[in-house]
Amino acid sequence: MIVLENVSKFYGEILGVNKVNLTIPPGITSLVGPNGSGKTTLMNMVAGLLQPTRGKIEVHGLSPLDPERYFRTVGYATQYDGFPSGLTGWQFVHCYLRLFGYSPADTERLAWEAIERTGLREAAERKIAGYSKGMRQRIKLAQAISHRPKVLILDEPLNGLDPLARAETIALFRQLGSEGSHVVISSHILHEVDLISDHVVMMSQGYVVAEGQIKGVRDEISEQPMQILIRCDRPEHLASRLFDHEQVVEAKVHADRAGLLVRTRHAEGFYKLLNHIALDGVTIESVAPADDDAQSVYEYLIGHEESTK
Amino acid sequence: MINRQILAILRIDLAKTFFSKRGLWIYLLALSPVIPMVGHWLFGRADDHALSDDIRAFAGIFQFFYLRIVIFFGCVGIFMNLFRGEMLDKSLHYYMLAPVRREVLVAGKFVSGLVAAITIFCGSVIIQWVGIFAHYSPELIWGYMNSGNGWSHLASYVVAAALACIGYGAIFLWAGVRYKNPLFPAAAILVWEGLNGILPAMLKKVSIIYWLKSVCPISIPPPQTGRGGVWNLLLFDIDPAPPVMAIANLVLLAAFVVVWAALRARRLEISYGTE
Repeated sequence: MIVLENVSKFYGEILGVNKVNLTIPPGITSLVGPNGSGKTTLMNMVAGLLQPTRGKIEVHGLSPLDPERYFRTVGYATQYDGFPSGLTGWQFVHCYLRLFGYSPADTERLAWEAIERTGLREAAERKIAGYSKGMRQRIKLAQAISHRPKVLILDEPLNGLDPLARAETIALFRQLGSEGSHVVISSHILHEVDLISDHVVMMSQGYVVAEGQIKGVRDEISEQPMQILIRCDRPEHLASRLFDHEQVVEAKVHADRAGLLVRTRHAEGFYKLLNHIALDGVTIESVAPADDDAQSVYEYLIGHEESTK
Repeated sequence: MINRQILAILRIDLAKTFFSKRGLWIYLLALSPVIPMVGHWLFGRADDHALSDDIRAFAGIFQFFYLRIVIFFGCVGIFMNLFRGEMLDKSLHYYMLAPVRREVLVAGKFVSGLVAAITIFCGSVIIQWVGIFAHYSPELIWGYMNSGNGWSHLASYVVAAALACIGYGAIFLWAGVRYKNPLFPAAAILVWEGLNGILPAMLKKVSIIYWLKSVCPISIPPPQTGRGGVWNLLLFDIDPAPPVMAIANLVLLAAFVVVWAALRARRLEISYGTE
């Protein structure tokens, strides 16, 4: 487990993050929030690059203050595009592994393994200075996974990747997650968060505003009625029947007149009601929540203005 | 394990120091005294001055230019970049994310800076030596080297240059770890070292240059102010320390400062200022 206990970070008087309490389970966890929300600060603290002003961080019981053991467990790909000058992709990973004290044979094997997993075999002997943005992202990822860490922290890892590389990288995250690793990813592309994550941590202005599985987080936002999309044959009739019940706040017939968007404050009660109505001659093709995705939850919690920054 | 880690740091950092375009000025600086000396070799005439004149000229250039300016600024360029330069390049996290104790990282980087600095600046001393004496006849030169003090003088200059790299290197490494803008402490040290000639005896010893001068084989007194009278009272010329003591003091000072830098590095944070 990754455990953060009452973690705060101040840069002088400027707040980085404040009173963060988190327990991150294995699997893929996305950290989302607008620029300046504290995502990178939080990741840098978990990666040991920053020290909390207050609080404690532990990863599998290890502290970042014990780098000899900690960094055998943790791998981090930063968002920074800074590389030691003059290195090829292969040297970048290989030299990093040499810092672990591995034997030359193990170093070479692990370096090639990481480079192949990130699809950079052909470009490995080229200087990083000549890499595209996407290749730089991938070589940073190769560095982060090269020592087979149990915890992988990735700051905006999908930035700059083309669609194919993006799909391959997401597949790699899934594979790592399914192998029991912790994969913590920061992203501002919210539809990818849905695609990737088992869990989500939402941040705003240095605070964690929500955490957990996206559906669970959505269920807890009681002040926002749940939106449910129903595909059916007689939407007007269904709407008129639904308005008789107080848990339905709003019902809008879909533009194609083959569906209905309902807003309800009590989803469980509404589903029971819908079963009852369906027995009364309305043919229902499908029923699906329309706002339990990361984008909707993000907008409810952090606000539309923030989400579009 | 630690040996392998230090070797890994050496391998990365030496390549950067020796072969980076950004370090080109350090080579030029190190070779700057070579130019007049090679000119002296090519265009100088052995019959209009004595060998002892060149021995003294070399000693003066070495003490007043090479140690105080060339090695000083060369070490600023090499050792401050070991941490602060990589902070500016946003590449220091590369080392910080490896399972390397910060103390080992500081030691590895110091050793790599030292290897580079000693190679460059001691190498330059040897080239300068060849340059200034090459126009003499082989018999005269070999006589000076073998029967006179030539080899011991050359060894002393090389040792003094190496000690300058150790002493200044340790201080600038520490400044690079300690300060966001280490050029200010470097400027303060430059002023302090420059004032050494007019400081009271006790304060003279609180400097690198005093101990380096003690290792130099030929004592060149600081130039008088030329104003005479009361101004010359400001010049306290004191006896040099025994070379062994000077070497020991400089090595101990450097060890102390590097340990201090290592302790400081434990709290070093990567803050590239993105958030």
